[in-house]
Amino acid sequence: MDKIIEKNCWSEAGTVSQELLKKLSEKDFPLKPGDDESVKKLTRETIARPVIYVGAGTCGLGAGAGATKKRIIEYLNKNKKEADIIEVGCIGLCSAEPLVDIQIPGKTRISFKNITAEKVVPLLDDIFKGIIPKDMVLGQFQSQHDQKWEEVPCLNDHPFFAPQKRWVLVNCGIVDPLSITEYVSRGGYASLFKALTKNSSEEICETVEKSGLKGRGGGGFSTGRKWKFAAGEKSEQKYLICNADEGDPGAFMDRAVIEGDPFRLLEGMVIAAYGIGASKGYIYIRAEYPLAIERLHIALKQVREFGLLGNNILGTGFSFDLQIKMGAGAFVCGEETALINSIEGKRGMPRPRPPYPAVSGLFGKPTIINNVETLSNLPFVFMKGPDYFNSFGTKNSKGTKVFALSGKVERTGLVEVEMGTTVKEIVFDIGGGIPNNKKYKAAQIGGPSGGCIPESNLDIKVDYDELKTVGAIMGSGGLVVMDEETCMVDVAKFFMDFIQKESCGKCIPCREGTKRMYEILKSITRSRKKETKEQTLDRFQGVMQLQELAEVIKSTSLCGLGQTAPNPVLSTLRWFRDEYDAHIFDRKCPAGVCKDLLTYKIVESDCKGCTLCAKKCPVGAIKGVAKAPHYIIEDKCIRCGACIEACPFGAIITE
Amino acid sequence: METRVNQVLEKYPDAERDKLIPILQEVQESVGFISKEAVLEISQHLNLAPSKIFGVATFYNQFRFEPKGKYHILVCRGTACHVKGSAKTLEAVERELGIKAGNTTSDGLFSIEVVACLGACGLAPLVCINNEFYGHATKDKVREILKSYRNKEKEANNG
Repeated sequence: MDKIIEKNCWSEAGTVSQELLKKLSEKDFPLKPGDDESVKKLTRETIARPVIYVGAGTCGLGAGAGATKKRIIEYLNKNKKEADIIEVGCIGLCSAEPLVDIQIPGKTRISFKNITAEKVVPLLDDIFKGIIPKDMVLGQFQSQHDQKWEEVPCLNDHPFFAPQKRWVLVNCGIVDPLSITEYVSRGGYASLFKALTKNSSEEICETVEKSGLKGRGGGGFSTGRKWKFAAGEKSEQKYLICNADEGDPGAFMDRAVIEGDPFRLLEGMVIAAYGIGASKGYIYIRAEYPLAIERLHIALKQVREFGLLGNNILGTGFSFDLQIKMGAGAFVCGEETALINSIEGKRGMPRPRPPYPAVSGLFGKPTIINNVETLSNLPFVFMKGPDYFNSFGTKNSKGTKVFALSGKVERTGLVEVEMGTTVKEIVFDIGGGIPNNKKYKAAQIGGPSGGCIPESNLDIKVDYDELKTVGAIMGSGGLVVMDEETCMVDVAKFFMDFIQKESCGKCIPCREGTKRMYEILKSITRSRKKETKEQTLDRFQGVMQLQELAEVIKSTSLCGLGQTAPNPVLSTLRWFRDEYDAHIFDRKCPAGVCKDLLTYKIVESDCKGCTLCAKKCPVGAIKGVAKAPHYIIEDKCIRCGACIEACPFGAIITE
Repeated sequence: METRVNQVLEKYPDAERDKLIPILQEVQESVGFISKEAVLEISQHLNLAPSKIFGVATFYNQFRFEPKGKYHILVCRGTACHVKGSAKTLEAVERELGIKAGNTTSDGLFSIEVVACLGACGLAPLVCINNEFYGHATKDKVREILKSYRNKEKEANNG
């Protein structure tokens, strides 16, 4: 068994639990015990007619999957072909969206990339003729039951997938996310059934602690230990909250997990609730994720119908129900106590701790807050056992971690790797490196609270403790890659702008300090032409105080947001001091991003004197006569870039 | 409009404070924005001072206090989008429509809102118009997209 996993980046599907089916048959569950034929159909081991899977997560739809699906239906109707069309979640390779998979009876399933609407007809024409259009193939899935396609590469060998270990994402992009029978047929809810019938609450907490699972939302605290705090509290009411308020810009793991496999999260939540003894739960999810919310509602309806949620779950006497709370857009609500305030209908401001939420949280009751990824790990932990889970990863970081890889990288998307994988492997092997032959500069890990990884540290491992040594954090899993055309001072300014807007305003160091830091960064990226002497003095003073200010904010803020708020500046100062110096002393932006520090010039030899730029210039800063080289009056230039866009010869450059 | 607020409130009899945010969200969904009158209505319903309600509503980015345009444009300014040039995208949208982020065009057709992250970073830079996502929305593409909406509107008026 283990050998298969080594070869396969997807963990093998679980087997359906007959005992569970027996229990479920009381509720008229469509899949009956012993019905192996149906299981084979549901897992698509045997199919009667071709199946077309359309990747319809938010990113797929953004890339045009909706139009693709429409065109597929039109094609099938017009050509009188029969096929099942299934909307699946996101398999993770966003840069190849829209993805369409096709499985023909007896043959393995093949994934095709970038199938926009206009490619549907040529693709399906070929498929129904029995030809595989090679230029569109992404790869074929591995299957023990179906015949392999000759000369079609395997997805397992694809550089994007090969280094991955997909445990949480095992079903994402593969199954119909809205079908509970499909989830159960792949071993879903077997973990919950086992946990509820064979284990006591204490054993559940013990198992999770033993597995070494740590909070995937950023904190990295042992999940089992956290549960034990709440489990040890005596209270007639306890709460479990799933934190799906993925406010970190550049992260979308939670969205993709919920869109692609909502039942996994719901199963994990019931296990967690049983462990801590909670009878009520909330999923606190961002309102910006309409599709994820919609799918959760549909999934909730199904699990309630079959007694997998609500009163007396699976006849075990344990009751737990949950409701969805939509966040209203506040980054700070990712912080536990702020999130609790938000659910209570208040401004989302953090509270001092202790008391910790595990002792006194929502409405003053013991409350456990776990991240989507943490909870989605639980079915796997219980399926494989804690020792198996514990055997993967590094000394203090066990299991896998999902990252949202984006920015200046060839292949963007959602990746799940074993803890201990290096950042280099993620960016260069999985991500395929930097596009357009540009040079790698840094990767921002952990969002606005995290730090950047410069080239010299690329060999660092994905590990809670190791990342801290270079001033970064694991965070929730955002990984934004930047190339040589990215200005690190600009990035720091971007994050400070974000944080000063999102500071809740409770603690003065964070509220005022982040604003001042943002101002200082703005001042060093500003044009100095009209600067007075006082302003110059202020600017230099500011630069000298930047570090000090950062330290004060770090040590005097109440919550995690404030304590980590200066990280983007500290981290870029540490690794990219030279860029700051260039901005401050040379008044230049080496990456050519900070607009105010650029000088526009016309290369005389390239200018044909077409006068287009002079006509486009909104301030009349370009002079010259027709058919002779033009020139830019620097004092008048407002650096809008209109001339560069207008010039047909590429004769205008910035320095 | 008041009746629409009432319709929302009727769904929450005996509501307590923890229902405040869902109520605000539903009012905004149904009316389009949170008006002063709506705040007063909610205040009576929940027996909570209007200042408290206003305090909560202004704390969260989601709530707006002016009506939005027929086509509500969300411009993502997340990290990945920023690295891929979303500042230029936003500038292009603003220039094309002649308004700044947070405002609505005088004909009531378009409004712009800047959001922290739409969560489809693989397609950065990203723009979302009335729940329709547009990936790789560079400044040129965004101009095309806006043009298509304008044309749609013209056709609808002529037809």
